[in-house]
Amino acid sequence: MQPSKRLCHIGSMDTPAIDGWFTVDDDTVHLIGTRCAECRTVCFPPRTGFCPNPRCPGEELVPARLSRRGTVWSYTDARYPPPAPFVAAEPYTPVTLAAVELAEEGIVVLGQVKDLTVDDLHVGMELELTAGPLADGPLVWMWGRPRGPGQTGAGAPASTGGTGGTGGTGGTGGTGGTT
Amino acid sequence: MSVVIAGTGMHPWGKWGRPFAEYGVAAARAALRDAGLEWTDVQFAVGADTIRNGYPGFIAGATFAQALGWTGARIASCYAACASGAQALDIARTRILAGLCDVALVVGADSTPKGFFRPVGGDRPDDPDWLRFRLLGATNPAYFALYARRRMALYGDTSQDFAAVKVKNALAGSLNENARYRRTVTAEEVLASPMVADPLRLMDICATSDGGAAVVLVSEEYARRRGLSTAVRIAAVSTVTPTFPNTVLELPCFATDSTAAAPPPERAFRASIAHAAYEEAGLGPADLSFAEVYDLSTALELDWVEDIGLAPPGEAAKLLRAGDTALGGRVPVNPSGGLASFGEAIPAQAIAQVCELTRQLRGTAGTRQVVNARAGLAANQGLFGHGSAIIAIT
Ligand SMILES: [Zn+2]
Repeated sequence: MQPSKRLCHIGSMDTPAIDGWFTVDDDTVHLIGTRCAECRTVCFPPRTGFCPNPRCPGEELVPARLSRRGTVWSYTDARYPPPAPFVAAEPYTPVTLAAVELAEEGIVVLGQVKDLTVDDLHVGMELELTAGPLADGPLVWMWGRPRGPGQTGAGAPASTGGTGGTGGTGGTGGTGGTT
Repeated sequence: MSVVIAGTGMHPWGKWGRPFAEYGVAAARAALRDAGLEWTDVQFAVGADTIRNGYPGFIAGATFAQALGWTGARIASCYAACASGAQALDIARTRILAGLCDVALVVGADSTPKGFFRPVGGDRPDDPDWLRFRLLGATNPAYFALYARRRMALYGDTSQDFAAVKVKNALAGSLNENARYRRTVTAEEVLASPMVADPLRLMDICATSDGGAAVVLVSEEYARRRGLSTAVRIAAVSTVTPTFPNTVLELPCFATDSTAAAPPPERAFRASIAHAAYEEAGLGPADLSFAEVYDLSTALELDWVEDIGLAPPGEAAKLLRAGDTALGGRVPVNPSGGLASFGEAIPAQAIAQVCELTRQLRGTAGTRQVVNARAGLAANQGLFGHGSAIIAIT
């Protein structure tokens, strides 16, 4: 990490590393997906055109904020600097990655993990969405330790689904291709 | 009517630093010799493409055909990532089954750079394969590691189990003259190798290699006419895609499909690949004498053992610990030594799996021979949802 670019809080003025995949309002980060108006299938990254559900004719994919909390489906890290186009910090500290299951949307979303190492993680634990800078500056979504108890769900009134029910290791989103 | 595997050939795997076409041509000539046929007998040639060797790699069929000498044979080139070889084989088989030709040659070869596979060069912010490196630094081993950690959490698999897969495959590879790594290893060595993507260590992850493989397929009728052996036949080629919603986080994706609208399919992707092959062959897991599976990591071999139905979910490590999947065991897995001993030469790898099926079914695998081998399955998965499984029988 370049100390000069290190942010102590998430500022909306920081350039996102990719447009339209997440938003930052008042330090609250949301992933932006799309939801099919016809069948409710959720996509991340956001999708244009038509629904990926082969049994749905839907063509209206509405941008949707995804649940901010989910449970760890799995996790790993990169002990060696990943190759370009990744920009590795100097000196390099391992990038931690987590695949997090969002119960309401029924999807697993991969992201870097902020301020936690693999020793702090376990399958089934709850993480919350945040954001942090890539080594060369732009902001990307990241998973982080939940900030206190409270709300799950996708922005204001959309969801009260909660993620507590899928704790443990069973999950609902598939079992790693082992069925 | 069935399609006969008349000949197989390989260029040994390694890091030879030669153009990929040399390996492909060497393998093709070996396969033709093995079949007792001439290049001029071939009516249809298919090349499995490589994307890291410039334009000749994108049109591998023509590259090999030109190198072997233009004969006017019909050709095709195809790319399906790790499943390229299986796709190429399926195209050739289908053409024979359709009666459009009697003799087909399938060739794949690769020459690889050192280190992690990188995305193809240039800024391509619309390409998820580029973006996953740019935004996440998510290498291929990172995805293998996610699956491995999931096994540990769900099933209680251990690093020792993963190391035991490497020990098993290294032993088999030490007996295979085409393998890149011929040295046996101990579990202690595996567990002492550097961590790459927790929980996977360097020796849990397959290398990238140079290599080439080829098979000659012929119609049964042609084999009889020319007096070729019809001993080994293709019973099935499965090239299925996943069924929506795919609930496994697949390389190079950022997320799974959503189960919000449709429940997960009866079979996850890898299991569906094998299932389709069994259905086509009219066989089941209990009929297999052995299997070659795509052990990109040690842990992934255990996933495959369950996906192809040799063990119920979560019980592959039990088979491993009992020695069932070792050479001499009840149903050896990766008797060739697998990717652990070869390293991946992408377009050649699925063809190399078929070379091993053929040798085992012919009973010419020497010290690696599976006793009384009657049916073998080779399974693999290409990026973005290219399934591939081939069943060969004798
Ligand atoms: Zn839909």
